[in-house]
Amino acid sequence: MSTAVHILGAGMHPWGKWGHHFTRYGVFAARAALAESGVDWRDVGFVSGAATVRCGYPGYVAGATFAQALGWQGAQVHTSYAACASGAQALNAARAKIAAGECEVALVVGADTTPKGFLKPNAGERPDDPDWVRFRLGITNPTYFALYARRRMALYGDTVEDFAQVKVKNAAHGADNERARYRKRFTAEDVANSPTVADPLRLMDVCATSDGGAALVVCSADYARRMGRADSPRVAAISTATPTFASSTVEMPDLATDSAASAEPHAFRATMPRAAFEQAGIGPEDVDVAEVYDLSTALELDWMEDLGLCPRGEAAQWLRRGDTAIGGKLPVNPSGGLACFGEAVPAQAIAQVCELHWQLTGTSGSRQIEGARVGVTANQGLFGHGSCVIVQR
Amino acid sequence: MSAQRPALEGYLTEVDGVPHLLGSRCTACGTVYFPRLDSFCRHPDCDSDSFEDAPLSRRGRLWSYTNAAYQPPPPYVPVSDPYEPFAIAAVELDAERMVVLGQCATGVDVADLQVGMEMELVVEPLFSDEEGDALTWKWRPTASPLPQGEGGTVGAADGGERVA
Repeated sequence: MSTAVHILGAGMHPWGKWGHHFTRYGVFAARAALAESGVDWRDVGFVSGAATVRCGYPGYVAGATFAQALGWQGAQVHTSYAACASGAQALNAARAKIAAGECEVALVVGADTTPKGFLKPNAGERPDDPDWVRFRLGITNPTYFALYARRRMALYGDTVEDFAQVKVKNAAHGADNERARYRKRFTAEDVANSPTVADPLRLMDVCATSDGGAALVVCSADYARRMGRADSPRVAAISTATPTFASSTVEMPDLATDSAASAEPHAFRATMPRAAFEQAGIGPEDVDVAEVYDLSTALELDWMEDLGLCPRGEAAQWLRRGDTAIGGKLPVNPSGGLACFGEAVPAQAIAQVCELHWQLTGTSGSRQIEGARVGVTANQGLFGHGSCVIVQR
Repeated sequence: MSAQRPALEGYLTEVDGVPHLLGSRCTACGTVYFPRLDSFCRHPDCDSDSFEDAPLSRRGRLWSYTNAAYQPPPPYVPVSDPYEPFAIAAVELDAERMVVLGQCATGVDVADLQVGMEMELVVEPLFSDEEGDALTWKWRPTASPLPQGEGGTVGAADGGERVA
């Protein structure tokens, strides 16, 4: 049985710091996706919500929260929590439900609100929690991004100017994206003049936190055919892989890697997409467009290599040549990426797939990548949640 | 002299009077863990729940480094007002083949660091309060001058402590 599901519609609430309840962003995105799909809400058989733990009880049961807000109509429901990979897991749940023949059309929704400043651990003295321990030592999220960035500089000769060019490129991509939070075109000088957060990364190298929502309407191949939409983009693969012991890169919130003295070391970021390409039966060379997890500018370069889109150590060269800009050999983050959106955790993996949907249906306006037929996303959820999605037309 | 206590319980030990990070070793498969683990071995081919103490190598190579240019949120305890950035190191221990994070020792700035250089562990206050100094491990380049009171404890420490 084919596990591919078709995407009939995508929707987003514009990202920013709006201060609304997260349900509002999710319902807005869901209604937009339903409108684009031409599917009536009453025909949706499954609601798959990506959860957020910051928004209290309704956030923990996001699937039902969105279903109630859209109007109870008896659909089956599911909620996924996998931090930044929540959206991919929610999409995967919908795909599994459809592949099992338990529903024909599903709505996948994620939305979030975020606090100001550093993401920080729960309150109280909790020395058994690795998240509490690392913050006690002053090790914040940007610490990890900066360690990876500095490592690139040492191994491959990347420079802070290269990192700044990722921001310049993504800002140019997102400038005309009406759903992006930041739509200003930045220069390398702007980046260089922003304050250092975690050497070598500056404020404009690190992504912000945002409010936002994203949604997809997905269906079986039969349903798409009956809708006259057999040629709509298909979700060809979703990797939800966990790392393989011994995990070789120190990841939030840990203070240390696994010891590789008694087990071979494995790089999680590189193994996760492999599962997706195997599932889709294609390779990185087939990809026309990528939406990758640019928590920091430097991390975008890591992801290009971990996805196999370019040889290890050469991402900065691709960037310098303009290969990763719209119009280049392999555009990366045509939406503007997290650089322009900021993080809205349960929505972001869904938002990446929304962008691929619009790119593959030729409806991306000034961001359009000519002839895009294969897109890949990369995203990683805290604590070993892989999230890599391949969409094909 | 003010009283001293560990800032985090169970992370440090002494071997022959020399400070070491305290890990644990699975008695069945030999895998070393830091922070110490004493519940269930995480090696996928091992179902052991038996561990012994494993003091870690106190030297390694600098895998990468950065600094905390903005004051981290609680439970970080600021040590100066106004806030002063401190460097952070990720050090790869050869024997354990493990990268361990930590603050850099007082006076070590990012400008003093280079990926690949040899680093060593020292014990310093993480912060001080009315109860005295809360001590933690910090990293510094091996070649840097030793702060007063620590001379003689560093040079010979690496040799006998390989654990894997």
